[in-house]
Amino acid sequence: MADERLARFEKRRAELKQLSDEQLKAHFWELCDQVVEPIVELARTHTSPSIERAVLLRMGIDSISSHGVVERIYQAGLLGKGAGHVLLKLAQAQGTDVKSAADAILADKDVLHGLF
Amino acid sequence: MNDQNSLDPQKKLNIEEILQDLESYRPRRKGWVWRKVPPAGVKMGPFHFHDMSEPLKNSIGLPASKYFDHIDPQPSCVVTTEIASGRFEDDLRRMRMAAWHGADHLMVIRTAGQSHIDGLMEGTPEGTGGVPITRKQIRASRKACDLFEDEVGRPINFHSYVSGVAGPEVAVLFAEEGINGAHQDPQYNVLYRNINMYRSFVDAAEAKRVMASAGIFQIDGAHNANATAKAGWLVMPELMVQHGINCAFSVASGMPKELIGLSTVPPDAPPAPKLWYDLPYAVALRDFFSEYKMRAQQNTRYIEADVEEAVRTHTIDTLISMLTSADIQSTITPDEGRNVPWHYNNIRGVQTVKQTWAALDGIKELLSLNMNGPLGEMVRDIKERAVAFLEEVIEVGGYFAAVEQGFFVDSAQYPERNGDGIARDSQGGVAAHTIVHRDPDYMAPVCAHFGENHLPPGLEKPCDPIGGCTLCDPEKIVYIDELDPEDSAARRLEQTEPYRKGNLIRPEAEWAGDGTLLLQLMIPESEALAREAGLEVARRMGLQDPQVVNLMVLHPAEGCFIEVKGKVDFDVDKSSLKIPPKVELLPEEELRAAVKKVDLKVVAATVGEDEHSVGMREILDIKHGGIEKYGVKYHYLGTSVPIGKLVDAAIETGAHAILISTIISHNDIHRTQMKKLAELCQEKGIREQIILIAGGTQVNSDMAQETGLDATFGRGTKGIQVVDAMVKILKARGKV
Repeated sequence: MADERLARFEKRRAELKQLSDEQLKAHFWELCDQVVEPIVELARTHTSPSIERAVLLRMGIDSISSHGVVERIYQAGLLGKGAGHVLLKLAQAQGTDVKSAADAILADKDVLHGLF
Repeated sequence: MNDQNSLDPQKKLNIEEILQDLESYRPRRKGWVWRKVPPAGVKMGPFHFHDMSEPLKNSIGLPASKYFDHIDPQPSCVVTTEIASGRFEDDLRRMRMAAWHGADHLMVIRTAGQSHIDGLMEGTPEGTGGVPITRKQIRASRKACDLFEDEVGRPINFHSYVSGVAGPEVAVLFAEEGINGAHQDPQYNVLYRNINMYRSFVDAAEAKRVMASAGIFQIDGAHNANATAKAGWLVMPELMVQHGINCAFSVASGMPKELIGLSTVPPDAPPAPKLWYDLPYAVALRDFFSEYKMRAQQNTRYIEADVEEAVRTHTIDTLISMLTSADIQSTITPDEGRNVPWHYNNIRGVQTVKQTWAALDGIKELLSLNMNGPLGEMVRDIKERAVAFLEEVIEVGGYFAAVEQGFFVDSAQYPERNGDGIARDSQGGVAAHTIVHRDPDYMAPVCAHFGENHLPPGLEKPCDPIGGCTLCDPEKIVYIDELDPEDSAARRLEQTEPYRKGNLIRPEAEWAGDGTLLLQLMIPESEALAREAGLEVARRMGLQDPQVVNLMVLHPAEGCFIEVKGKVDFDVDKSSLKIPPKVELLPEEELRAAVKKVDLKVVAATVGEDEHSVGMREILDIKHGGIEKYGVKYHYLGTSVPIGKLVDAAIETGAHAILISTIISHNDIHRTQMKKLAELCQEKGIREQIILIAGGTQVNSDMAQETGLDATFGRGTKGIQVVDAMVKILKARGKV
């Protein structure tokens, strides 16, 4: 296995030797882009508790409340909607602002039921 | 007056004032600032510098600057120092000192374990090996940096870390609070913090997007591979790959290339032939990453407890930066190998860069690298191995698969494997299984958000549905002061107040009033004995908790140099100290005129059984800046001269003064000789006319009165001081 790897490396290297410095550099960056492409796609289509807390912070919710609110949204299976989206929707449903919506979720997680 | 708007260089920082009104503090700017580098160079004192930035308004130069019109040339690159003692309120004073020595990138390390805390920390609790990074700590530090940058006359970049399982939140905090630079590298989380790889990268894209929105300069974490791998100098192809992945991922996340910096360390240290490894690597990196910035760090992997050894290695590291390039030159405190950095070692680190940069100013105009020899071959070799590494990553199924198979931080040179790489399970690690697929109606109504976001149509800004986010409307930021008032800066400041504002003094290494000090001793014994003897000396001197922090064998049997740290638990009361009045010298022109007017003549000699003449010659000779330079004529009688002979010579030559030197003295002979001189002049009836001056290593300025002389001088006296004393006495006697 190890020998096989080394043999493949030697073969690769022989091919790379044919490239000019500029071609080698361009090839390096093509490969880097190729490596990160699926990871960028993963990031584009997924979210996480920290990302959602970071959204709530930007909406003017304090760090401690953000933590509790995102935890409840996560438990309710609604993180895929976006925590900010959840807050906005709840605020609209209750006729309040997003801060009050956050307080409402912290006071009673059942307010999340049937929201979507 | 240390008011909210400016500092007085003669006054300590008022930390309590910094902590006031933080809830309404706003950063004066956002984003990173480079130094201003005049393309035509900088003229300072007698020199023209080729590669320097604009000088500071207030600064402290290198010790030798006094010979060069006190110039303090500032390198063209930004200079970093890392400051984090666990108590940020004490770090503020160190930041001010560092700024005065030329640091304009102040990096604050997080407290141990913060990267595993799932959320933001608040308040100002004490940290370990760093400080808890919180909104209050950042605001207070940034507010202090505003004052420091005004004081020194150059913008200061404030920096911390966006990593761990709260990266996006930390990024928002930093963007809101005007942090200027930050580390962000998802690979660092995966490899060194064992955070789940999917989570780390998903979070990183959001964090990078937020950082970019606030112009925060990003530094990656690749250099940790050569700080971790057993043979740091062999992992170079992998380092290129790690840098490449973070750069490509950052750009894809929306970060402009000019905000992306590579954290790169010359991987080797003497006695290894450093240049043969570090230089080709530095060149290869700068070739491939020509569109990105270089943050050159100094080596920590091979730093031992010997401070001087560290400084020497760091000097060579800086040379490598100058032979290639560095946009930011980071410094490592030379005591990092033995303790959490002490105040003055931050300054030493900055001085290493400043001194090297000044010495080698414009080196690339004088020397060029010879790419046609082994250097060019080694550069090409590293590049080919890096590209082959990437090809294999793709072949095995991509980045995540490669990490699972232990591709990274293996201590062999690629493609060799030692099997000691850091392998991580994609289904494991901290916060595994916490990423969630975004639904088709996913929405985040805020700015600087990365990825799919199904906002209602027709918005001008993403945050319109909530009437503005904190990045657009800072009034919406929620400031939390303290969560535990008992573990807070305010409580600690109460304890240290006597040392900062009161009458008490204690030596300090990290924290106000810590009492820490360092002893340096040569113990003429073997290592084992020297160690214990050093500790015993420290204990008998009254030091508490003594520890040997460094030991250098001078010879296996003849002795060791050792350094012992310890603490004192007593205070010195300022009011009990007598500060000798500073003698204001008469202007040189006035001295010369007076000397000329009376045609000032002196006789001089070393008295007693003493064959030393060096000290006296320095006072007399023109080439040492002695009294001759000011027109004084002298008659030097030599060494071991009896007092009687000297007085007779003074009478014969009509000298105005007798100068005696007692360099080495036993049993108080210097005092006896000085008194004898006064008595003999009295007997001969010339005491009223003659000026009697003595000097020597064991003499001090207080001895004149007790010995009956006119003036006495100690170690380090210059000719001008002696002339000044003579002229003042002549004036007092109405002779000039």
